[in-house]
Amino acid sequence: MNRALNTLAPLALIAVLLAIWEAACRLTGVPAYFLPSPSAVAAAMIENGPLLLGSAWNTLATALLALACASLMASCLALIIATNRLLEQAVRPLAVALQVTPVVAIAPQVVIWAGLAHADRAIIALAVIVAFFPIFSGALTGLKSTDPDLERLFDLYGASRWQKLTRLRLPSAIPFMLEGHKVAGGLAVIGSVVAEFVAGSGGSQGLAWRILESSNRLQTAKTFAAVIVLAIMGAGLHAVLETSERAILKRFRGR
Amino acid sequence: MTLVARLAAAEVVYGAGRQALGPFDLDLAPGEIVALVGPSGCGKSTALRLLAGLEEPTRGTVTRTAGRGETSVVFQSPTLMPWADAVSNVALPLELSGIDRAEARAKAQIALEQVGLAASSHVKPAQLSGGMAMRVSLARALVTRPRLLLLDEPFAALDEITRRTLADDVHRLWDQTRPAVVFVTHNVEEAAFVAQRIIVMSPGPGRLVGETVMAAPLPRPAGFRTSEPFRFAAEAISRDLAASMRAAA
Ligand SMILES: Nc1ncnc2c1ncn2[C@@H]1O[C@H](COP(=O)(O)OP(=O)(O)OP(=O)(O)O)[C@@H](O)[C@H]1O
Ligand SMILES: [Mg+2]
Repeated sequence: MNRALNTLAPLALIAVLLAIWEAACRLTGVPAYFLPSPSAVAAAMIENGPLLLGSAWNTLATALLALACASLMASCLALIIATNRLLEQAVRPLAVALQVTPVVAIAPQVVIWAGLAHADRAIIALAVIVAFFPIFSGALTGLKSTDPDLERLFDLYGASRWQKLTRLRLPSAIPFMLEGHKVAGGLAVIGSVVAEFVAGSGGSQGLAWRILESSNRLQTAKTFAAVIVLAIMGAGLHAVLETSERAILKRFRGR
Repeated sequence: MTLVARLAAAEVVYGAGRQALGPFDLDLAPGEIVALVGPSGCGKSTALRLLAGLEEPTRGTVTRTAGRGETSVVFQSPTLMPWADAVSNVALPLELSGIDRAEARAKAQIALEQVGLAASSHVKPAQLSGGMAMRVSLARALVTRPRLLLLDEPFAALDEITRRTLADDVHRLWDQTRPAVVFVTHNVEEAAFVAQRIIVMSPGPGRLVGETVMAAPLPRPAGFRTSEPFRFAAEAISRDLAASMRAAA
């Protein structure tokens, strides 16, 4: 009963807001290019369904590829750095600088480097940059978060550096790395959309391109439809990552 | 008789002149159980780390005849690997010393049986109660059949009933291989119950204040907690503690 109410409440709120929006559009007669009614957006979504889904898949594939690359690079780098304090001191400021630089600021240059004919490469590279930091920082924190008493125990029994790394530090890092991947997944989507906006040419066929294209043509209902598909996709990816994080942690800790 | 370990005028200074211990002397004979009692921060854990060979003294000497793999430590918290089940946790010291996995796990299973946890061998630490987790930690310490067993306030986080059961368990397990035991505690009665020799330390940096010998059979007979020798020892330790606090004031 309570659970049913909990799921119904947000749906009911959305329905009420949509109804008000629809009524306002009809009563005021505001032009559709300025504010389309929800029914017009729904119609645009159905009409452009296959196109939007295809574009969504392109954006999602870019984000997932970027996530995989970032995961590999960030984990390896963290692993190398965690074994050497001086190296960590050297790399940390660079990593932070990379993190605080907005992706739009470097996007144009990256697009030029990738070559205008290869906008897709630039987009993936930019999404990788955005997704890199949370994984890197999570892995590094995790590798250093071992219980000091457990570490003493390993020393007491004469564990080698390799044994300490594989049997103590890596497993200790897993919860932190899962969290890092969850955050990075969301950022990878944002990163690929932003990069696509900047690259903004025919080479890329993701959702950002649909948004740009339709808004340039004043097809506002289609713009809305594309934004909604983007939001649903982002939420879906987040939900999948969150569920798998929980499932893995449950297996990991046994509860 | 060769000693298992000896601290001679051992001192530990951390950082900028922060003296944590000593000078402190301690002779540890094979098979004896010694309790260290003293106020918080007096250097008990530091002394234990010296005995374990995990740290070097700043001044003085530490002599250890228990070799690598012959010393075990139990910390205040169970200190188990949360991702590994009980039997893997207990098998860890054996696996680290190069014994093959199957044999290590078989021995770990036996050690778990000895602490009454045969049925929980595939349970992870998060699913164990505090007392059960501490038993796993004890099993892990004993699985290597150490000559020197160091217990750092192992039961401090547990309730009184569990503590008493575990104190009996320590004696029963000690009786199987007779390691030398150093038992750190804040609790006067627990010290008198567990140890044959109770050493009271002064507030930090810890020095020897007094020593009480408890000449009663081990494991303790039934009703020992209400016996005369037990009460005498507990009072003697309390007096030493009071003296140590007065000296500090
Ligand atoms: N790694 C360290 N670096 C600096 N100071 C330390 C370190 N370890 C312990 N100390 C200091 O040394 C002193 C003794 O610490 P120790 O942990 O040995 O005390 P203790 O008797 O075990 O206390 P408790 O009963 O609270 O566990 C304390 O003042 C503590 O702050
Ligand atoms: Mg301590």
